Parts: sequence; structure tokens; C-alpha cells
Amino acid sequence: MIVQTTQKSKEQLREELLKPDVITGSEALLRSLLLEDVDCVFGYPGGAVLYIYDAMHGNPDFNHLLTRHEQGAIHAADGYARSTGKVGVCIATSGPGATNLVTGIATAYMDSVPLVVITGNVATTVIGTDAFQEADITGITMPITKHSYLVRDVRDLPRIIKEAFHIASTGRKGPVLIDIPKDVSNDASPFYYPEKVEIRGYNPTVQPNRLQVDRMLEAIAEAERPVILAGGGVVYSGAADELIKFVNATRIPVTTTLLGLGGFPSAHELWLGMPGMHGTHTANHALQNCDLLIGIGARFDDRVTMKVNGFAPKAKKIVHIDVDPAEIGKIVETAIPVVGDVKIVLEMANQKVKAGDTSAWVDWVKENKAKYPLTYKDSDTELKPQYVIEMLHETTNGEAIVTTDVGQHQMWSAQYYKFNKPRSWITSGGLGTMGFGFPSAIGAQVANPDRLVISINGDGGMQMCSQELAICAINKIPVKIVVINNQVLGMVRQWQEIIYDNRYSHIDLAGSPDFVKLAEAYGVKGLRATNKDEARTAWKEALDTPGPVLVEFVVRKHENVFPMVTQGSTIDQMIMGDSE
Amino acid sequence: MSYKHTISVLVNNQPGVLQRVSGLFGRRGFNIESITVGESEEKGLSRMVIVTTGDDKTLEQVSKQLYKLIDVIKVVDLSANPMVGRELALIKVNAEPSARPEILGVVETFRAAVVDIGPSSLIVQVVGDSEKIDAMTELLKPYGIKELSRTGVTAMIRGK
Repeated sequence: MIVQTTQKSKEQLREELLKPDVITGSEALLRSLLLEDVDCVFGYPGGAVLYIYDAMHGNPDFNHLLTRHEQGAIHAADGYARSTGKVGVCIATSGPGATNLVTGIATAYMDSVPLVVITGNVATTVIGTDAFQEADITGITMPITKHSYLVRDVRDLPRIIKEAFHIASTGRKGPVLIDIPKDVSNDASPFYYPEKVEIRGYNPTVQPNRLQVDRMLEAIAEAERPVILAGGGVVYSGAADELIKFVNATRIPVTTTLLGLGGFPSAHELWLGMPGMHGTHTANHALQNCDLLIGIGARFDDRVTMKVNGFAPKAKKIVHIDVDPAEIGKIVETAIPVVGDVKIVLEMANQKVKAGDTSAWVDWVKENKAKYPLTYKDSDTELKPQYVIEMLHETTNGEAIVTTDVGQHQMWSAQYYKFNKPRSWITSGGLGTMGFGFPSAIGAQVANPDRLVISINGDGGMQMCSQELAICAINKIPVKIVVINNQVLGMVRQWQEIIYDNRYSHIDLAGSPDFVKLAEAYGVKGLRATNKDEARTAWKEALDTPGPVLVEFVVRKHENVFPMVTQGSTIDQMIMGDSE
Repeated sequence: MSYKHTISVLVNNQPGVLQRVSGLFGRRGFNIESITVGESEEKGLSRMVIVTTGDDKTLEQVSKQLYKLIDVIKVVDLSANPMVGRELALIKVNAEPSARPEILGVVETFRAAVVDIGPSSLIVQVVGDSEKIDAMTELLKPYGIKELSRTGVTAMIRGK
């Protein structure tokens, strides 16, 4: 495994690192990262970061994973962060190296993932001259970072790193970029790592206002048909246990958004499934019929609300709990705003919560759930993608960490792989980034060497970062790579069929590589399955094989994701599909 | 209902902070009618005064989104209080010697000042709220305005 355990004790290492030696910016960077407990950095060297890479040479304490593309590095850092809750770190050079990170930064920003992104830049003496491989990366990424720094003086570097980690990992989490000019990484200065961070103007509200929490509890006691909409914030704040306690006390049904999956156990009787465009009948109808809606760490994304002015029309009140005050009232009018860390809010609420009478509502929910389960028309002649996902769930008891790419396979995974634990589901929600799935699995596996990590991809997205197969082979990273191959850009095909009247425009992925051979070319075992029997055999072989394995499941081309709500419709106007 | 709002934003005087603030307005679809920046009473901090139009909900979002920027320290909606708002304009107006007495009459009425005289033009400096400058500009238009430069509004709450 890539992460080596160092022989030194943590205290020993800390003491060594904190010595006030006169060292270069590069050495200060590595020391600072180690002081922030970074186990592994993902990156790609180049001219502007050569001093930094030189400082890594022969450093036994510092772990770096060389990806094959900067996009692979940042998605891996993202998967590392999402699977652990720690800050993910990646390094790239200036210019093209830095701009190759842009998609990954935007992905992390949209999904509130804590990252520290380190880029090199040309020397301060030539910044602004269009020097070789110069790009104004702080300018380029300003709209997609939580904050960014251009380091102009080596003496500022340790403080900036300390601040960057603090900003990335507190309040609403997000990516922070540190751009280090080449001369700064080579300049020397005595090393001093600050113990505390003081940033005037940055004080996230984590402690909620008790009065608002009490107002929420009053509303709950009065409500007859309440619903909780739980988002990624539940997972990020580590509030899953508090949420279960809260739900058991209040008997309020829960729907979890795409990023909230795993934040509430799908096995719980009050779980409604995912809401929104490809949500369950029960979740969507519960939202439309509730009299009290409690959004918890969810930002009312348009894929959840669909037509906003027809969303939750019967809710007399909407409660919104979020650590980011700007989310409250952004999309839906909120009667009771609760600004604070979700975990702390729920802990406070759990102390004196009183349930309302929800029994009739819970009965309705259970009936609806029984009446409208997620279903698909199975086939004995063709392999169905939903069948594959169900098989993955069944054979792993839902215990794996699953990462996905973007598209139909992502939605089927969200629907048919049932998550019971937080941080076991990693997917690009907000930005919908193709190419995310496979490298993010590498990061998750590096961070969780003892867990089974499955990366589920489509044939389209797999080709956007397939070069990272090399990383798995060389470093023996045992990700089980699934390719759901329908030979087409499936989600685009589905939209063209349903919304664009079967006008299929540029979606045929003919000419894709033989994925088995592609895997083998990199030294990764490749398997293929085209029917149910082969699928079970191949998957079993993959699980039984140590190390990375790619399994291609050739599935029915024309399969669609249902239910589906088309844009412009309210979430109860659902196309239920061809299951019956 | 959309109103004109004057917002004061106290920011860290860091490189790129103007870009962060103006970029936020741009990408969130908020309108900027004018923006002025200068030093504040405290070293290291600058004050921006931004005039924007929007309903109360938009203004709330503007303020909340601004607070998300790490370099933003304080956001105040000045126009929610009695405030003084001032703008400065320099107006270069055609002024053949024969037309000058008339123009000087306008300048005097507005308590503006002539700050430069050329062979056939004058530069008029006017300070006041935006409406006053609009009115002055209207009155000078018939003579022919060669160049107009306005600073945008800077403002403060009265008293307190």
C-alpha cells in the first residue's frame, strides 16, 4: 500500500518538524503539511514545483502519489477527503498543471469538500510577463475556491498553510488554493509554524441560536406530516448518529439527497429514498404533501426541488439547518433558520425534543413505500445495469466504499446500492463531473487501505481518466473498477429520447477501447461479463483477486433511469418508467 | 420591489480583493451600478461602497454572499439608515468665450467649480448626490459635453 507507516512516533516527528531551522519554502511546505497530519499528497511535478519535488526526494516521512494527469490527482485528493473527512491535498505545477486542476477544484467547491490545492507559479520577478507556463491561477479559480493565496514572501508560507487548512476544514468546507512562485519555494527563512489561526472576518457560526432551535422543536411538536430532507452536511459534520436519534425520537420520515446518501441508514423504516429528478415516489410525494419541511445540511439544489415554485406546496413552515447562512433563503423561503453545525444543532435539539403525532403520516409513508418500490423490468437475455448494482450491493453486504462517475450508472448506484454508513458513498453531485469516479476511488482506497473500494463508471466517464489505471497497477491499489458499458452516453441518450424526441445526437461511443485489454495494458486484471451468470462469476473472481481488477459489464443499451422528473415539472409529476 | 441600495463593505486590503468582490457580484447575477474603493480609518482595511439594485431578498443574498469571502470583515446596508452619499464628477464642456458666462451661471447655481479653462472648453467639478450630478449634466448637455468622468458614490451613515 502506498501510505507507509513511519518508524518514528508522532511526537518525535512533530518535535523534529517544529525546529526553527533556516529552511527553504519547499521544505517549509513539506514540514507544514506533515504538521497538518497529511498522510498522502497526490500530484504531478513540473518546472515551477521542482524545488518542492526536490525537497521530497529521499524524505521518508512524506508520501506522494504520482498520478498520470493533474485531474487524476485532484479527484484522488477529493476521494481521500470525502472518505475520511480529512483535508485532501494535491500539488501541480504552474500554467497547464494548474489549469488541469480547475475541474477538480470546481467539483470540490460545489460539493463542499475540504481540499488544499498547491500550485507552483513562475518566479515573482516574472509574474505578469506571460512567462513560460504562467497562468493567473488564483484569478482563474476565484469563483470556485473558498479562498486562495498567492504567496509572495517565504516567511508567510507556514502561516498561509495553517490558515488554508483551517479555512478548508471549518464552517462550510471547501477547496483553498495556495499558489507558490518558484523563487518563494527556493527562498530560505527560519521555520516557524503557528499554533493558532486568527483570521479577522472569518468566524463560522457553528453554535446555533437556541431560540431558533426551540422554534424548530415547537414546530415539530405541532406538525402532523413533517419530513426531513437530509443532505451532504449531515455526512460532513459527522451527524449521522445524532440524526438517527433525532428521527427515532420524533418519528419524522427522512429523505436523503444524492450527497446525503449514507447519512441516514437506508435500512431504517423511516427512510424514504432519494428525492428529486430520479428520486423515489415516496420521497417526492412525501415532500409535496408534508406540512413541515426540515432541511438539514441540504442546499435545495434544483435537481432536488425541480420546479421551485411548486416545491413542497403544503409545507406551512420550512426549517433550514445549515452552517452556511447564505444557503438559508437562497432557494426556498425559510420560516425558521438555524445557522450552525448540523451535529451541534441536532445534539442541542435531541436534549429536549418532543414528538408530534405523526403516526397517520408514518402509516401513509410505509404504505406508499410498499406500493411504489424502485423497480425495473429484469431480463434473462440482456444484462440489466440495475441488476449489476443490486448484485454489487448484495455481494458486499452494502459495506463497501462506492465511488461513481456521472450519468445513468451514478443514478442506478444511488438507487440500488443501499447505503447504511456515512462516507461510504462518493460521487460528484453539484458539478456532475465525468472522469471523477475512478480517480476518486484511488484516493478513497489510499485513505482506507483495509476497506473494499468499488469504483462504478460508465463507458464514457471511464475514458476521461482511464490513464490512472497505471497508478493502481504500480502501487497495487486494490480498487475494484466496474465499467457499466452500454456503448453510449446513456444519460444524454435518455434525455434525447424523452425530451428531444428520439433525436440522438453524437452519443454513440463506438470506438471505445476493449476495456479488458485496456486494463491489461496497464497491468490491471480485466474481466468481462455479458449476462447474469458471467456477471456473478466475474464479480466473484474480482472480489477474490487481490489487487486492482477491472470488470466490464456489457449491459442493455436502451435502459433508462426511472423514476424521472423532467425539467419544468414539480417533483410529483414523475415518469415511473417501464417496470410494469 | 427593486430598490437602489448603497452597501458599505469593509475588506482586508489584500491584492485581488476588488476582483473577489466584483467577481462575486458578476457571477451571482447581482448588479453593480457603481463601486468605489479607498482606504478606511484602519490601517490594512479598505472600504468599498457599492450601489446596487434589487429587492430585499437579493440584498440579503448579496450581504450573505459577501460575508462568505474571507477578506470581507463587515457589510452594512447604508441606505437602510439616514445616510450621506456623495459622488464627484468632472465634466469637460464645450465653452467658446461667448458661452462662458452662461455656463458659469450654471456652475455657480450648483455650487460646482471650474477647475480648468482651455481655449474652447472648461472642466467643471461637481460634488453631490447622484441626482445632483445627473441634473448638472443635463443642464450642460446643450453646450456639448466632450468628456464626462464620475467617481461613483461613496457614503456614510449620518450621526451615531
